[in-house]
Amino acid sequence: MKAIFSGNEAIARGAFEAGVQIALGYPGTPSSEIIKTIAEEYGKDIYTEWSTNEKVAMDAGAGAAYSGRRCLVTTKQVGVNVLSDSLMYAVYTGLEAALVVVTADDPGLFSSQNEQDNRWYARLSKIPLLEPADSQEAKDFVVLAAELSEKFDTPVLIRTVMRTSHSKSVVNLGTRPLTPDKVELFPRNPEKYNCTASNARNMHPRVEQRLLDLAEYAEEAAFNRVEWKDRSLGIITSGVIYTYVSDVFPEASVLKLGMTNPLPGKMIKEFADGVEKLVVIEELDPVLEEQICAMGIDVLGKEVFPPCFELLPDDIKRYSIKAGLLRGDDSPAQGIEKTGKEALQELPLRSPVFCAGCPHRSTFYLLNKMKLPVAGDIGCYNLGTLPPFRAQHTMGAMGASIGVLHGMSLAGLPENRVCTIGDSTFFHSGMAPLVNMVHNQSRGVVILMDNSITAMTGHQDHPGVDWSVTRDRPAQRIKIEPLVRAIGVKKVLVVDAFNIKEVEAGLKECLDYEGPSVLITRGECVFVSKYPQPSYHVDLEECVACHLCFKLGCPAIGLSTEKNPKNNKFKSHIEPTLCTGCDICAQVCPTCAIQPPAEKKDGE
Amino acid sequence: MKNTNFLVVGVGGQGTVLSGDVLAEVGMAAGNDSKKSDVLGLAVRSGSVISHIRWGKKVNAPMSMKGTVDYLLAFEPLEAVRMKEYLNQEATAIVNEYRIPPVAVTTGQVKYPSEEEIKQALDDTARKVYYINATQKAEDLGSIKVVNILLLGALSSLFEISPLIWEDVIKKYVPEKFREINLSAFQAGRELISRKI
Repeated sequence: MKAIFSGNEAIARGAFEAGVQIALGYPGTPSSEIIKTIAEEYGKDIYTEWSTNEKVAMDAGAGAAYSGRRCLVTTKQVGVNVLSDSLMYAVYTGLEAALVVVTADDPGLFSSQNEQDNRWYARLSKIPLLEPADSQEAKDFVVLAAELSEKFDTPVLIRTVMRTSHSKSVVNLGTRPLTPDKVELFPRNPEKYNCTASNARNMHPRVEQRLLDLAEYAEEAAFNRVEWKDRSLGIITSGVIYTYVSDVFPEASVLKLGMTNPLPGKMIKEFADGVEKLVVIEELDPVLEEQICAMGIDVLGKEVFPPCFELLPDDIKRYSIKAGLLRGDDSPAQGIEKTGKEALQELPLRSPVFCAGCPHRSTFYLLNKMKLPVAGDIGCYNLGTLPPFRAQHTMGAMGASIGVLHGMSLAGLPENRVCTIGDSTFFHSGMAPLVNMVHNQSRGVVILMDNSITAMTGHQDHPGVDWSVTRDRPAQRIKIEPLVRAIGVKKVLVVDAFNIKEVEAGLKECLDYEGPSVLITRGECVFVSKYPQPSYHVDLEECVACHLCFKLGCPAIGLSTEKNPKNNKFKSHIEPTLCTGCDICAQVCPTCAIQPPAEKKDGE
Repeated sequence: MKNTNFLVVGVGGQGTVLSGDVLAEVGMAAGNDSKKSDVLGLAVRSGSVISHIRWGKKVNAPMSMKGTVDYLLAFEPLEAVRMKEYLNQEATAIVNEYRIPPVAVTTGQVKYPSEEEIKQALDDTARKVYYINATQKAEDLGSIKVVNILLLGALSSLFEISPLIWEDVIKKYVPEKFREINLSAFQAGRELISRKI
């Protein structure tokens, strides 16, 4: 049977067909749909969980694999930084049942803070790395990874990129193997599973030998293959780039690597010997190129295809023409560039903004107004970085804001300072730095923006809500306020995020406090809110076109067609299809021109 | 054999991704290899959304190169113009006339291109451009949300694939309680274009 799946849906299907019984992860674009799909489609057979963070997921994955259950751990590329500490020991110990880690990388930075190439992690940790080119391979490689994991007693890394995870293609479906109903007693085998130095000494040589065995296996494995065509040009490539190469260089010979760590040295040498000119086409870092160079093979790579951003078919073509690997004349794209008129080159962009009705808007309106230095964190609230707010002055990693705030305090800044962090991010990695602030008697305001959801990645649960993965699965809710108090924070205020005066008063009270304080701004994400209100409107009689409401950056607020003759500016207008009646703009309007819908009288 | 390349573009919240999903699956159901690639802006709502769909005997890359797209299905005029360099000279475009101005426009920082500018830019690029007011038509049918299936209906009339195949896939993708209105929207879309042909 056939289906058309995204790469992430195919990985979920692969987990089903690989007999995976436990799937864990932390949400992160472009990886989030894997756990979601497993929960929705295969939840009867596979346990799923959004763990508190990636490291927790990895440790739990190791524990389950030690216990004899096949396990899948999913993350976006930067999440591997978080789980790497645990991956490194699992590499030494090996496992009883398969342990497969999926990293979804983000070349092109569609929704990430960096463009790191996680193929390095496979080299660093010395484990097999599979790179699927399309959804069929994404599914098949999960099954393959589970087999390799058990055959070679190692965790296996699967690396997708946004284009593999989020592209759809046709997949042939297989079946689920028999899976163990019960597991045996836990292996009491510290020589294998306890990495104390004396044990780890014996483990390391096994890791090195395993890598040699895998390299030998890779020479014969079907997932690495040569497509001989015209031998004047040979291209070594992997992953989704292979599909681009097939379009741009339909005549060239190609070595398509399904497994990019360890590399099949003999196969690469034979391919290099069989072609006149050899090129490696890989997105981001020269991971393959450097190793092939080290084999003493003359190869072109990053000098033609730069290390920044995606290498889409158009890019590969452009760089190849520039380097003389491809003739430019028959390029269809060029024809159009010649004829198309240069009209409309500068089109208005659709910049991301806080949704109409977002609970974060009030806080950033105030932070902008109060001109405070703000250490920021990762979540929707990072949109507070953009105009009209420009009120998140740092952002780098999950949970970093509280530590950065502490550092700003240590530095003895001549001004008061705050940080922002969301509820899910606080659970992910904000607790340890808050403990540190309290213990070391730091000063600063932690604005904990509690919108009751992991919003930015697609509305997943976190420990602060009472459901898990799917809405119908109950979970224990951990309340943030008592947790923060238990950590030892003495000044904790909870305010309504949709009441600007309340947020402002709370913020001022926290700023005055000589110690670490936490201001919890509470307001549900508009996507999960049970209380959407009817649209507000602008009374044009009252509006003086002061444009103060524009400082809220609300997509529902725009210009009307009526001018105020005194300042010759257009008055405001609220788009009724977008407004959710959150009331924030009515609170900033100095002339009370922004009004809720008139109360309906009985019988109307 | 040459692939058939599509671009479906619009603004987050218009349902473009779903119509691209249907289009990709119709390709498979009609016996082709089929691939799709989405690019979503940062914003969940109101960012630009671009979906590439490709049908063919064998499809390699999930996205088309510039100058190779045969059909553009645009939910919004500005988004249509944004992608014009992807079209080949034989391309057909179906453009929903309903405008969704970006925040930079509604707040008066930049201007939305005029109707003439948009038409000129697209007419210079594509061989045939159909302008239809799909959003208005969807509203007339009872829900602005069915604009995506209505536009698919318009596109479907350019192919000799049985409407039954399209309708089967649509039924699979839309919630059951909205099935009827979506199928009406599909039919309405087909009629909008066939009247123009």
